[in-house]
Amino acid sequence: MDTFYTDLVCVGAGLAGERVAIAAAVAGFESICLSVVPPRRSHSSAAQGGMQASLGNCCMGQGDCPDLHFADTVKGSDWGCDQEVARLFAQTAPVAVREMAFWGIPWNRVVAGKGVYYKAGKAFEKIESAERAGAITARDFGGTAKWRTCYTSDGTGHTLLYTMDNEVVRLGVKVHDRVEAVSLIHDGGSCMGVVARCLKTGKLRVYLGKATLIATGGYGKLYRESTNAVINWGDGAAIALNTGLIPIGNPEAVQFHPTGIVPTNILVTEGCRGDGGTLKDVDEERFMNIYEPAKQELASRDVVSRWMTHHMRMGKGVPSAYGPHLWLDIRHLGAQHIKTKLREVDEICREFLDRDPITQLIPVRPAQHYSMGGVRTDKDGAAYGLRGLYAAGEAACWDLHGFNRLGGNSLAETVVAGRIVGEKIVEFLKGHESDFKTSVVRQAVSREQKRIEALIGSGGNENVYELRAAMGDVLMDQVGIFRNHADLRDAVEKLQVIYDRCRKMGLRSSCVHGANPELSAALRLPGMVRLALCIAQGALTRTESRGAHAREDYPERNDRDWLKRTLAFWKNEDDVLPVLEYEKPSKVWEMPPGERGYGATKIICTLDPEICGLKPETN
Amino acid sequence: MGRTLKFNIFRFNPEDPASVARMDPFYLEETEAMTLFIALNLIRENQDPTLMFDFMCRAGICGSCAMLINGRPDLACHTKTKDLPGDITLLPLPIFKLIGDLCVDTGTWFRAMNERVGSWVHTSKTFDPQEEEERMDNALAEQIYELERCIECGCCVAACGKANMVPENFMGATAFNRIVRFMIDPRDERKNDEYFEVVGNEDGIFGCLGLLGCEDTCPKNIPLQDQLGMLRRKMGFSQVKHLFRALLPAKRIAK
Repeated sequence: MDTFYTDLVCVGAGLAGERVAIAAAVAGFESICLSVVPPRRSHSSAAQGGMQASLGNCCMGQGDCPDLHFADTVKGSDWGCDQEVARLFAQTAPVAVREMAFWGIPWNRVVAGKGVYYKAGKAFEKIESAERAGAITARDFGGTAKWRTCYTSDGTGHTLLYTMDNEVVRLGVKVHDRVEAVSLIHDGGSCMGVVARCLKTGKLRVYLGKATLIATGGYGKLYRESTNAVINWGDGAAIALNTGLIPIGNPEAVQFHPTGIVPTNILVTEGCRGDGGTLKDVDEERFMNIYEPAKQELASRDVVSRWMTHHMRMGKGVPSAYGPHLWLDIRHLGAQHIKTKLREVDEICREFLDRDPITQLIPVRPAQHYSMGGVRTDKDGAAYGLRGLYAAGEAACWDLHGFNRLGGNSLAETVVAGRIVGEKIVEFLKGHESDFKTSVVRQAVSREQKRIEALIGSGGNENVYELRAAMGDVLMDQVGIFRNHADLRDAVEKLQVIYDRCRKMGLRSSCVHGANPELSAALRLPGMVRLALCIAQGALTRTESRGAHAREDYPERNDRDWLKRTLAFWKNEDDVLPVLEYEKPSKVWEMPPGERGYGATKIICTLDPEICGLKPETN
Repeated sequence: MGRTLKFNIFRFNPEDPASVARMDPFYLEETEAMTLFIALNLIRENQDPTLMFDFMCRAGICGSCAMLINGRPDLACHTKTKDLPGDITLLPLPIFKLIGDLCVDTGTWFRAMNERVGSWVHTSKTFDPQEEEERMDNALAEQIYELERCIECGCCVAACGKANMVPENFMGATAFNRIVRFMIDPRDERKNDEYFEVVGNEDGIFGCLGLLGCEDTCPKNIPLQDQLGMLRRKMGFSQVKHLFRALLPAKRIAK
């Protein structure tokens, strides 16, 4: 058995994982990053639009400050976030952007003079001052008071990830790619590392560290239609959940992005709408201006996705072989703009749709996009339930996003949380020594070994790909954008049946040499179905609508009964449902619950003096 | 539509002592808007669950799925079957170490490349969190981004005549492009002489035969020919300087 000892085991080498590893390296600690793909292929690279930070350099961002960024984030979260975390985040984001600039990001810069921008399809003029020329500029994104989203054309995630990995290379941080963590090693109190499986050879390995970080991204691939990459199956969340000790925070908080292309669900960036693109229906008429007169196409993602779905249900969708969809129109932005600022959108349309966005409409509809929920941590990134275990980025429920994440806040979170959690891990490492118990390690390894042997010799007749597809269908059709009791009840039952069928999985391949892809998929599936059950059960139990969680039978936001965070545990191996517990979303109420200013819903107010005792601030 | 596609796919599992390198045929009914991403997944899910290939973003962004498609390196995810003949041959990229079937180890290769070219901003400054960022002209930022768009897919290396002749050492267009990316970045303090140490040799830019398979196959359409030209010019000057230094006593050269 190959065994590796290090200070910090980073599970995941995307932006959050690598930023934490850099913090450890700078402080003189050794890390090993495990990644199922070469690190520069991580899903962070797919984020096109940008990273929010209140630099206030461009004229449309003038007067911006962390206070406004904080307020937008709390509103966006529908008051589901941890306000201490949101405050810490908003204050650190500008520093993080500048640090990335120092490391080499070619951020787009302020260009002095007149410029044209589009809002809701109309042209407006803006004048950038010569004084700010050359400073980092920003673009408009949904749900923000100012233009705050820093960007490099539409490859922001790509440049961030490459620059971050450049630092990793410079500092000599080790990355073991094509390695998948399959379980956490722990003694019920402390985490000691992970059992991992090499995806080149199929062999199990042990990684032992004083601290362990989960930074594996989201679990969008549980859904049939998702903008997420192939690898976003939620491995980090699943191995945490499987301990029985660590809860998944707000699993039901799942974001749908308004503009996945049809049929492949590849995302086209919110920058399209931020830059003035419009949504149109079967008659090529706009509709967001009717539903949301103030923010129009730039209301937050949950709101836009819901109105799109609503509009299609009203029969206004464009019929196609892949079901109804709507149109995204960016033609009026012109060839010059599309070919530079929205270049990847242009490429995606040409390569995957055979369409020219300069002259043609783009077929879009909402698709699963982001998991606000994840491994529940405190504000230092320390996971609930096990000492020495941390989580950061989309894999974590830190909890910056509450029930809805704003565009540009996820890239920002990876880098900012990576910075903050990295420092906290360094503090932990400085004062900590570990005792690795060989009996615990052996047990953890042999459990995984047995799972593998059982699958190879099972003779079961259930097919892993069919089960995975069935799970995706249930989530998409019954735990999607609009939710209701009957569908959710049914979804939970169907998922339980699928979970049971997982026990009878059999492999059609008999190859035991190398990382047999069918075996890899089969090893992952039970953990994925458990996560799916957490999402469905969490959604069924939450009888209100908040952010991305929209209940048709409970349309009001119920602060009186539901201003709380779901904590989903899988307490025993033999359980068939998660155990749900709840906690207050925030210890601090700098901004008491109020209206978001878009996506109008009725609010049932809380009577808790701790929460509403303060007078609401006015901005 | 209505075509039956025949896929001839390279198979070999280096982990399996019994495995023999071979080509396996698979047949699929073509569907509308089919890409190789869709096709390969259908083959694995319905015909041969052991088939190994790599996809990640399936959107032409991450660079995971480069392979030889009818002899030409390209990303499988953005290759539409309607643009191909009915007989499709898929091979793993050459140069890179084979993991199995269509999977190659680009991770190790590119990490080594990044270490070799020093792929980071070399600076004597330290970051001050209180300081505003250094200003930069937007046109320059966009120029850097243009070269930063490389997704390390390996197509340029696989298509390179020189790399196929000396697969062990030749740096390839991806490395040359990376060096130029830092050359034009004013934050990087490296001088041409320092780049010369890395790339001014036969494994580097002087080994380039100018066949431009790289430019022809780059799926991101990075203008590689221009970067090779610029690098060759700059390194040519450095070489002349080195030559003079060797010929003349050191003192007599003013700087």
